[in-house]
Amino acid sequence: MSRRLFLGFFGSEGDVLGATREAREQGYEIADVYTPYAVHGLDAAMGLRPTRLPWVCFAFGLTGGLLKVWFEFWTTSVSWPLNVGGKPFNSLPAFVPITFEVMVLLAGVSTVVAFFWTCRLFPGKRPMLVDRAVTNDRFVLVLVEDSAGFDVTAVRGLCEKHHAVHTEERVEKPGEELRVWKEAARCRATF
Amino acid sequence: MSTGARTYPPAHEPLITGDKTLKQITEDVCAPIERRPTWLWWVGFLASFCALLLGIAAVSYQVATGIGTWGLNRTVGWAFDITNFVFWIGIGHAGTLISAILFLFRQKWRTSINRSAEAMTIFAVMCAGVFPLIHMGRPWLAYWVLPYPNYRGPLWVNFRSPLLWDVFAISTYFTISAVFWFLGLVPDLATLRDRATTKIRKFLFGLFSLGWDGSNRTWMRYEMVYLLLAGLATPLVLSVHTIVSFDFATSVIPGWHTTIFPPYFVAGAIFSGFGMVLTLMLVTRKVLRFEDYITIGHIEAMCKIIIATGSIVGLAYGTEFFMAWYSANEYERFVFFNRALGPFAWAYWTMVLCNVITPQLLWFKKIRSNPGIVFVLSLVVNVGMWFERFVIIVTSLHRDYLPSSWADYTPTLVEVSTLVGSFGLFFTCFFLFARFLPMIAMGEVKGVVGYTERRTNVHE
Repeated sequence: MSRRLFLGFFGSEGDVLGATREAREQGYEIADVYTPYAVHGLDAAMGLRPTRLPWVCFAFGLTGGLLKVWFEFWTTSVSWPLNVGGKPFNSLPAFVPITFEVMVLLAGVSTVVAFFWTCRLFPGKRPMLVDRAVTNDRFVLVLVEDSAGFDVTAVRGLCEKHHAVHTEERVEKPGEELRVWKEAARCRATF
Repeated sequence: MSTGARTYPPAHEPLITGDKTLKQITEDVCAPIERRPTWLWWVGFLASFCALLLGIAAVSYQVATGIGTWGLNRTVGWAFDITNFVFWIGIGHAGTLISAILFLFRQKWRTSINRSAEAMTIFAVMCAGVFPLIHMGRPWLAYWVLPYPNYRGPLWVNFRSPLLWDVFAISTYFTISAVFWFLGLVPDLATLRDRATTKIRKFLFGLFSLGWDGSNRTWMRYEMVYLLLAGLATPLVLSVHTIVSFDFATSVIPGWHTTIFPPYFVAGAIFSGFGMVLTLMLVTRKVLRFEDYITIGHIEAMCKIIIATGSIVGLAYGTEFFMAWYSANEYERFVFFNRALGPFAWAYWTMVLCNVITPQLLWFKKIRSNPGIVFVLSLVVNVGMWFERFVIIVTSLHRDYLPSSWADYTPTLVEVSTLVGSFGLFFTCFFLFARFLPMIAMGEVKGVVGYTERRTNVHE
């Protein structure tokens, strides 16, 4: 199932932001926007839902911390209690530093792993580059020509209004699709 | 519309000078990696590598023969080993402060230096980690510090010991710093991948850039992960050096057993770390011609942080002295009397001169804006902070409660060689980093250039 895509190439973040906002307002389906750096305000312009990664961070951190406290308690009070300087076996305040460190470690590492997982980033992945200059100085807005109502001339005019450097249409080759995100459907204008 | 000479109102001084376009930023930062290394690089790299080899020789001899090759004795049980450990960990903290804490405070100027500073952290923590390892009597049994099920009981580690807290703190700090640094590198590695001309560069940059394609859906999540890691790394910086200070504060000897240590050590760590960041960045900006990215404004900002943290350290010295007198505890009073006037007074006054007196020069704008003077001052700060750890450790140990146990301490050649070797390891890693990886975070700097433009446009 290959899609027909419309690509608008821009030279500055202001232009691509304006074009994205207008494209979304007019109800076009935005496949994605490709930028050389994270553009402030583009998430809202695309209508992206906030990510759930902070929950992953919190969940793993909490679990890690609790597991570590339990482990410290078990080793020092249950498995082999040792009298160290007369301190009580269940010396909870002494367990705080390590518990905190393990909590931070698990929270951090799990968040990064979850990020790589959800964004399908892994060593050896072939990048789906829309344009080699995207990682240098080019901003690309990719719209899906999804229905008969898609007026190429109007869209081209929209891009040129925002100083597009270049526009073109492409058909996705099978096996080289830009990843179809579940949220693509939500990017339609919902006022 | 966005090119041509711009004049900025004073409040909107550009963070990056030279009116750089995005393409220029890419070219400037990638140039040192894509051309052959200069003779300067070779000289620096080979000198560091020789120092590293010296260190490896010294450490091999010491591990094979025993701790007796060091100048330690029963009274002075810790000296160069732990001084170097705390010194290197302290240096590492500035990198995390620049990466994480300045990010949370929305200090956009950090983008020119955070990549190098974070790399500095990782290399510094590596150097620091060597010392607890080799100061063990039997380093080949170092894995016994990890709590794994074993046939010795199972004999578990002592979770109540600050020495073990250190193990977890340093490992966590290294892992999180490395992960944070790598995360920041991924988009820049993608840029290098797309410019790569040779097969091997294409392969390696392609492998490590994980297929990055610049998609904003990915950027959105990336920014969130970056924010989360910065939020995690901030308490980590504070906790790691606090735990290191607990190695001393949880003991009972005067001069060590004091609650001022956690904040004093953390401030000192940031102070010494920024000294090292300045040392590295001042050389880098000159040699790689990054003056438009690491501007005088950046240097001034770092100097201001040095004054702030240096003042906290100076205040801590004064507080310690005052509390020792105020406590009317003869042992506490003696420790400080001994520091200032005893056999190691030369080390103490070097420390005060380097850490308290010389940084006061940075109050003057003329001095802060002069890279040459700031470079010398940064070296002075590094020396002073090494002596601070030496003074804390050795003067408190060599004369504590019982006069019959008082002893002297002289470092041996093995210990000095190990210290030199640690600098060799640090600088070798740093030169390799400068040769093969982008020293400035291109993606972040490009975002900042847009920021200056946005701010100016809003007010026009």
